[in-house]
Amino acid sequence: MNGVGDTFFDWQHIRDVLPELIGTGLANTLILAVSSALIGTVLGLGLAMMGLSRRRWLRWPARVYTDIFRGLPAIVTILLIGQGLVIVARPVVGTDPYPLGILALSLIASAYIGEIFRSGIQSVEAGQFEAGRALGMSHLATMRKVVVPQGIRRVLPALVNQFITLVKESSLVYFLGLLVDQRDLFRIGQDAAANSGNLSPLVAAGLVYLLITVPLTHLVNHIDRRLRTGREVRGGDDDLGDDFDEPTVDRRADSPVRVAGS
Amino acid sequence: MSQGLELRELRLSYGTTEVLRGADLSVPSGQTACVIGPSGSGKSTLLRCVNRLAEPESGEVLLDGESILHANPDRVRQRIGMVFQHFNLFGHRTVLDNITMPLRTVRGLSKVDAHHTALARLGEVGLAHKAQYRPSALSGGQRQRVAIARALAMEPEVMLFDEATSALDPELVKGVLELIAELAEGGMTMIVVTHEMGFARRVADQVAFMDRGRVLEVGTPEQIFDSPETLRLQRFLDQVR
Repeated sequence: MNGVGDTFFDWQHIRDVLPELIGTGLANTLILAVSSALIGTVLGLGLAMMGLSRRRWLRWPARVYTDIFRGLPAIVTILLIGQGLVIVARPVVGTDPYPLGILALSLIASAYIGEIFRSGIQSVEAGQFEAGRALGMSHLATMRKVVVPQGIRRVLPALVNQFITLVKESSLVYFLGLLVDQRDLFRIGQDAAANSGNLSPLVAAGLVYLLITVPLTHLVNHIDRRLRTGREVRGGDDDLGDDFDEPTVDRRADSPVRVAGS
Repeated sequence: MSQGLELRELRLSYGTTEVLRGADLSVPSGQTACVIGPSGSGKSTLLRCVNRLAEPESGEVLLDGESILHANPDRVRQRIGMVFQHFNLFGHRTVLDNITMPLRTVRGLSKVDAHHTALARLGEVGLAHKAQYRPSALSGGQRQRVAIARALAMEPEVMLFDEATSALDPELVKGVLELIAELAEGGMTMIVVTHEMGFARRVADQVAFMDRGRVLEVGTPEQIFDSPETLRLQRFLDQVR
């Protein structure tokens, strides 16, 4: 038992690596994950709209894109883009591996997020679209204000799951070769483990990952529960203060739209 | 130039199924036409041709003498309000937002004006106190009244009702029908697809019986319900009575 404790939970090793893990590693992991989540979400929404288009020449590229980036192992995409595009990217970003790493992670994420959005938008009843059109709203306005917000709301849990995956997959960027202060959680833990011949620093890195991902997991469960049970919103007289063009992801939760025959 | 709605020889197929096979209907301005008939006879599709949620393959729809099939659909829909069987309220917005959103998007009203208009319309259907609720917190009857208020807020010249009470629990039907009847008395031009024969008899200026994609018989409620001419209408009335 003592051997296990020494191998995985040597407090001296963990204490030693912790400042760098938090100061450098956590920051870098968050930079990679958050920026690729943002870019991936924007690209994903575009892919979803293309995939739902009535025009074949828009649907088709979205389909091929999704098949490729969802079908390849993440590491293959990261290496192909991170190393393959260096020549193109060097004049713009120099030798910094981060921009290409973020690009690769974003492209991978967008393929999944696009499918998540598409399924959500498709799940919105046709009657919602028809009601918007019957009121004289344009196709675009109806999609933007009626269909897409409801579709996205339904897939929020799946979306957060995708963000969790991104936090974990961001560690693969280390394959592109990172400078000392560019190292993410995994790399710092791994380096310290290699130097000390003890796995405790890697365990510490793992614990920091869990610190990010476990709350996100609970957030998913929370959103899921709220969507399922619903929570009626009755405001006071503050509605005029509300932003009528509120962002599509509305925090005021609602029971899933029950229109037909309810 | 005739004022009102004129539907001429409408034809529409879905695949090999002929849904409309030359349907005609004429609704003078300010009058209410109730459309009855067995399910699958094309009643809803006829209605949807009027605001172009369905596009007929041939035929003509005239509003005050002008073709709507050659007009901009969004403009047409601003003049023609529609109420659906399943309400189709926007579930992610409050009752108030359901009305202000199209007012602001389509009619370009300011936030304050839209708010006032929406509250006024909600007041007319007796639901101003529900303005801040989600549609899911309302009963079916209340939801349908909100849907009617939403359509009326756009100040349409014509209202279409597509089985507006078919999805409601029996005790909630009356309130919605009364609201539609009030509109008819107020001189709104309306086509009401309904299974409520008592309502059609009481409110309609004319009743149209549809069967297999055609308007088979048109007349006053007395003509249609008391002395039906065709065998098919007689059979239909026997079944629903």
